[in-house]
Amino acid sequence: MFGFRKVKAPVVSDDGRIRARFVLQHADFRLDVNLDLPARGVSALFGHSGSGKTSCLRCFAGLERPQQGYLQVAGELWQDSQRGFFLPAHQRAIGYVFQDANLFPHLSVRGNLQYGQKRIPAAQRRVALDQALELLGIGHLLERMPAALSGGERQRVGIARALVTSPRLLLMDEPLASLDLKRKQEVLPYLQRLHEELDIPVLYVSHAPDEVARLADHLVLLDDGQVRASGPLKETLLRADLPFASDEGAEAVIDGEVCGHAAAYELLELRLPGSEARLRLPHAALPDGHPVRVKIKARDVSLSLQRAEGSSLLNLLPATVESWQALDAQMLLTLRLGEQRLLARITRYSFDQLGIHAGQALWAQIKSVSLLAP
Amino acid sequence: MPLSKNDLDAILLTLELASLTTVLLLIIGTPIALWLARTDSWLKRPVGAIVALPLVLPPTVIGFYLLVSMGPNGFFGQLTQSLGLGTFTFSFTGLVIGSIFYSLPFVVQPLQNAFEAIGRGPLEAAATLRANPWDSFFSVVLPLARPGFITAAILAFAHTVGEFGVVLMIGGNIPGKTQVVSVQIYNHVETMNYAQAHWLAGGMVAFSFIILLALYGGRSARVRTL
Repeated sequence: MFGFRKVKAPVVSDDGRIRARFVLQHADFRLDVNLDLPARGVSALFGHSGSGKTSCLRCFAGLERPQQGYLQVAGELWQDSQRGFFLPAHQRAIGYVFQDANLFPHLSVRGNLQYGQKRIPAAQRRVALDQALELLGIGHLLERMPAALSGGERQRVGIARALVTSPRLLLMDEPLASLDLKRKQEVLPYLQRLHEELDIPVLYVSHAPDEVARLADHLVLLDDGQVRASGPLKETLLRADLPFASDEGAEAVIDGEVCGHAAAYELLELRLPGSEARLRLPHAALPDGHPVRVKIKARDVSLSLQRAEGSSLLNLLPATVESWQALDAQMLLTLRLGEQRLLARITRYSFDQLGIHAGQALWAQIKSVSLLAP
Repeated sequence: MPLSKNDLDAILLTLELASLTTVLLLIIGTPIALWLARTDSWLKRPVGAIVALPLVLPPTVIGFYLLVSMGPNGFFGQLTQSLGLGTFTFSFTGLVIGSIFYSLPFVVQPLQNAFEAIGRGPLEAAATLRANPWDSFFSVVLPLARPGFITAAILAFAHTVGEFGVVLMIGGNIPGKTQVVSVQIYNHVETMNYAQAHWLAGGMVAFSFIILLALYGGRSARVRTL
């Protein structure tokens, strides 16, 4: 009766992808999801509160045991209700970051960090304590007790504590939701570094579109316990049948890399993959080649057939019309910009005046670009 | 010498009984409290009520039923006799069993409160950090519930020292064997030996005061460090 036997997770066919199917029935809520997520990068579980994001994440962790469940991570089977197989939470190679950090109040920061680390075999320790301390900037907090930390510090310790267990899958439940704007700005860059420096797939639960646009590579839209959409971030944001593109705040996310800086004007210049065009925005200098993610709102993009001369606009980029949809009196156009896509919202009148047709080449005039990830 | 040999024996026996009862109660009470704190079963309320019964029942009632069931014709007595252990009535073992029933709520309730106050959060954090349920009990629940354990231990010890009715019913009044301080005081008063009674009774007052001081003093000290 004292044994918690170590169950070996069966190995299944491996392309590294994360495959999950959960049916969780509560008295007043039903989660029914079927997901196939990439083996690397950040997948965002996005939805309103009550959409089942957190329940879904808890199923991945094994903290919730759904009536029907299947889960495969990094080529290992963690759960298959048809075979009656369920790997309990403490045997899953996960890192879980709780919304409120959930640090052990009786242990110092060091004790919290070592708690998980000393419970995995030394051979499996791929993330060193020093690396996590450095990555999250918490080296100076080691001897403090959790009660003496600020909200942002607590959350960073929570993330480091999850990382040093060298997880195969990092689960983050709205790690920024309990923080005020200032603390969010404090933690976000660390999340970004995580993304860039560690090769651990992340499932990131959020209801904040900005966080998702900034951090995610893959987007899952949950609504009322169901998956409304699941796909690469940039494509999914543009999908006209989803609320992202159809509402007032429709925006496109574009990745580029720094290729210059005009110091006299404080203008940063970005190269866009597959395009000759350069995107410019006011910002302090960044090293050349640094990856940068920006967002451009559909309502900040207007179109012209010729390159407008003598304009105050910084960005006039050649683009091609790909598709469009009508939204009341307006049209939402999807434009191709090199390898990426841009949204533009124009009136129906202008649409007819310009004679918009698929494959048409025109100029996108961009009024404002905001930097998501420095 | 104000205390007779019988008095000293009674004091030693009382301390022995209270210590043993406290240790056993912590061992028995912890899983019960843990279950009560975590379960959603319909049994939670009835079991909680049974555990709390000694709070409201006269000790003589508990003593009476224990006497009957542990006696030669009782269910428990038959069982112990068939195992060749004889009967536990009028024995130290009988006193320990009676004390466990009598003081059970004083251990279970503070522990249950402590476990409920910990909540699911730290346990879930421990599980996601690879701690199995036994491991997380020892590394998370025990340290976080420490104030609850201290309160439970002090209450169990003090309450056992103060019991009278249960002891008299199942243990009788056998010097050196089942004669505890509270019973000895009763004996002195019965025999008009008030001076001896004063020494023991005064000692009990001082003991109880110190226990309560430790309990409340310890609490406020903990509050200050938080």
